[in-house]
Amino acid sequence: MGLYACHVDDVPLGEGRAITLDGRRIAIFRAAEAWYALDAACPHRGGPLADGIVCDRAVICPLHERRFDLQSGAPLTTGDGVGAHAVEVRDERVFVTLVAAAQRAA
Amino acid sequence: MLDMSPGVVIVGGGIAGQAVCEALRERDRDVAITLVCGETSAPYDRVRLSEILVSGEDPQTLGLRPAEWYADNDVDLRVGRTVTWVDHERRVLGLDDTDELGFAQLVVATGSQPLMPPIPGIGLQDVHPFRDPADCEAIRHAAASGIERAAVIGGGLLGLEAARGIAAQGCAVTVVHLLDRLMERQLDAGASSLLAPALAGLDIDVEFDRNTQQIIGPDRAHGLRFTDGSELLADLVVVSIGIRPETELARSMGIVCDRGIIVDDAMRTSLPGVLAVGECAQHRGIVYGLVTPIYDQARVAAATLTGADAAANPGTRSLYLGSVPSAKLKVAGIDLVCAGESGGDLEAVVTDAATGIYRKLSVRDGRVIGTVLLGDTRGSEALVAAVRAGEPVDDPLQALADASLAGPADLPDTAQICDCNGVCKGDLVAAVTDGGCATPREVMAVTRAGTGCGSCRPAVKEIVAAATGGLNDEPAYLCPCRKQTREELGLRIREDGIQSVSEVAAACGTGRECGVCKPALAYLVSEVCANQHREERDARFINDRVHANIQHDGTFSVVPRMYGGVTTPDELRRIADVADKYEVPMVKVTGGQRLDLLGVKKQDLPGIWRDLGMPSGHAYAKAVRTVKTCVGTDFCRFGLGDSVGLGIEMEKLWEGLHTPHKVKSGVSGCPRNCAEATVKDIGCVAVEGGWQVRAGGAAGGNVREADILATVQTRGEALRLATTFLQYYRENAEYKERTYDFIPRVGLEKVREVILGEETGAALRERLRIAKVATSDPWLERDDPYHPRQFDDLDTPEPALVGPPAGGEL
Repeated sequence: MGLYACHVDDVPLGEGRAITLDGRRIAIFRAAEAWYALDAACPHRGGPLADGIVCDRAVICPLHERRFDLQSGAPLTTGDGVGAHAVEVRDERVFVTLVAAAQRAA
Repeated sequence: MLDMSPGVVIVGGGIAGQAVCEALRERDRDVAITLVCGETSAPYDRVRLSEILVSGEDPQTLGLRPAEWYADNDVDLRVGRTVTWVDHERRVLGLDDTDELGFAQLVVATGSQPLMPPIPGIGLQDVHPFRDPADCEAIRHAAASGIERAAVIGGGLLGLEAARGIAAQGCAVTVVHLLDRLMERQLDAGASSLLAPALAGLDIDVEFDRNTQQIIGPDRAHGLRFTDGSELLADLVVVSIGIRPETELARSMGIVCDRGIIVDDAMRTSLPGVLAVGECAQHRGIVYGLVTPIYDQARVAAATLTGADAAANPGTRSLYLGSVPSAKLKVAGIDLVCAGESGGDLEAVVTDAATGIYRKLSVRDGRVIGTVLLGDTRGSEALVAAVRAGEPVDDPLQALADASLAGPADLPDTAQICDCNGVCKGDLVAAVTDGGCATPREVMAVTRAGTGCGSCRPAVKEIVAAATGGLNDEPAYLCPCRKQTREELGLRIREDGIQSVSEVAAACGTGRECGVCKPALAYLVSEVCANQHREERDARFINDRVHANIQHDGTFSVVPRMYGGVTTPDELRRIADVADKYEVPMVKVTGGQRLDLLGVKKQDLPGIWRDLGMPSGHAYAKAVRTVKTCVGTDFCRFGLGDSVGLGIEMEKLWEGLHTPHKVKSGVSGCPRNCAEATVKDIGCVAVEGGWQVRAGGAAGGNVREADILATVQTRGEALRLATTFLQYYRENAEYKERTYDFIPRVGLEKVREVILGEETGAALRERLRIAKVATSDPWLERDDPYHPRQFDDLDTPEPALVGPPAGGEL
């Protein structure tokens, strides 16, 4: 089960887009080989992660280049991580299962 | 006539003969050395023939040493001579049955012959082995002559390199292999199964389980017939199924031979005073067909020849105890390194079939015995060194991971860096600490490392940098994860005709791990392809996806183009209307004489651009930004030159060109310099009788006065010189390197030399012109977005979502 977020064509390959799901702002990423979802705001200064550069397994915040693991939300540079959510793609539709707000990768 | 020089005669001028010659001369300055070379050129690097097959370069460039080396080192080189007989009793040999040559000791380094199967048609025209420059030339010529297809019999290392050379001539090629996996001597099934698809990507087909019965004639080769009755049409056939040690001379002397000439651990044959080295020799039952063991054998042979009595001192280094075979496949586009055995009683494998990566470490009895690295060869030096030393290992998976992070500088001194010339890390370090070398180039000249196939050059540079205490800085890597420089990547893009970032990522792995270098790569691809590249927006920073500058709160700023800082009442009215309509929180005059609309929402950008009807000012990009001007002769009573006119010309000519970092310019109409042109990236200042053209100025964190490139007489010349510099900077600066760092790094004199040179300058301007033709105003994407959601989040109203409403439960 998950919340419907978008059609696969709504996110360009290698980019991210934000959406509000269940009252929370979530960034959805379409990386080369998989889809990922993280909390949309960078814990550093609130930068929009959906606007970041995406590589195979990480996203870089566009404001100050903090980097996060797309799968776990763990910080790959310094500071806190972000919440990571499960993504499922069925029939070209993307669904997100949110984790509790408090759950953050260390 | 009898030449009575009772020294050492080396028979055979291949890599082995040359290696013995060098090792011997190093140990003994005085002993007379004669090198008899049957081929018509001085010893050359046979390993690199496959490169020549690809490039068509003159085989002369393969020479291991220049002609004067032999004179300088007192080596009597006899080129094009054949030893026809040896009288061991008298210690005399015959050269072409005409001359005689005396010797005290003899080294047989006659190498090997290509194995040609005794099948019908093997003697036909257009059937070649791949062994010497003549074969290379014949294969290349046939492959480039417009034939339909070529066949290579044998899927070993050399066969695959030959196939690559043929494919490089634009000729379809099929490798037919007897077994069900390629390079079976070096690879296991896993690596082999990934190698065939990688070759397919280079237009090399592979057919397995093919036993060639006959080469189809009748006049010349037209194809292959296999034992199962099937056929393959091919008008060129290259045979590469193995080697046969050349033992004829040794046998005629009565030396004991098996497959090869049998030698002991001191490289001695069964006859006193006669040694054998290289592919003709058989040591402990093994004939080595790869280059690396030759150097080990040559060192031992030299020790034996100079009387170091190895047999009497077992355990000294002058005994040859066999080599761990290692090999690198020299096929551009495929990285493959392997050493030792391809399997063990414990095996750690990391593999990713999608990207063609296979990394394996094999262990037996707790010691490393083999490695196979395909697609990702990071750490190969350390892993191959571990195989050679049989290092103990507890966690092979961890060892694989650690190796990929270790740089060459972390290696032990015994790790072999240059496999072509058998140079270890310790040799490189010694060249710096004891030999007084200061640069990689000097170290390579002294040690010969990196002068073979060249694949170890990055490692050599890194080791030298570490050894010299970083005196010569670590190269500025464009991709630090993969340690790839802008120059290397640029060359690869150019040579392979790459047109997009994703192609570079697929070919070189660049930008995939941390992603930080993707914008740099995007710029490099666009620059090398003169803007004829395939644009991929995911590689661009957000500013270049939406053509506006992201602000701290995720909103954007909009700066329309105002050439030279000159505007009109009509433009000002439109800007004011836009600010009202979209409730723009702030309108501000910038330092570059523009108007900035700040706090704009992303989804409002296309509408704002449409209402403004002005081109993008590129105030968000690493590109040509503003040219700030003073009013000059138009109105100023001190004006000496038309600064507004020149500024507008510069801006129009350069508009839309991306650059390694932002380029802010200025033009002042007199030396009072009201446009602050002397602290701009490119600045022009009108002086009495002409224009001063400057570059490399800064007025940011540091202040730097721009260097004067030249003082010229006319406005046209000023524009031309400034333009030439701009292109030089576009082509040669590192990404994110401003002009004020670029010029000091390259050197002002060098910059002047290139941009003021008549031909070099004209070439730069021509390339800028070509790049400029392919630019367009990015704000036109307001009506032609690259993606329907270029400016939208997923819940922005337009365009409508497909499927159930956002946030709805499934």
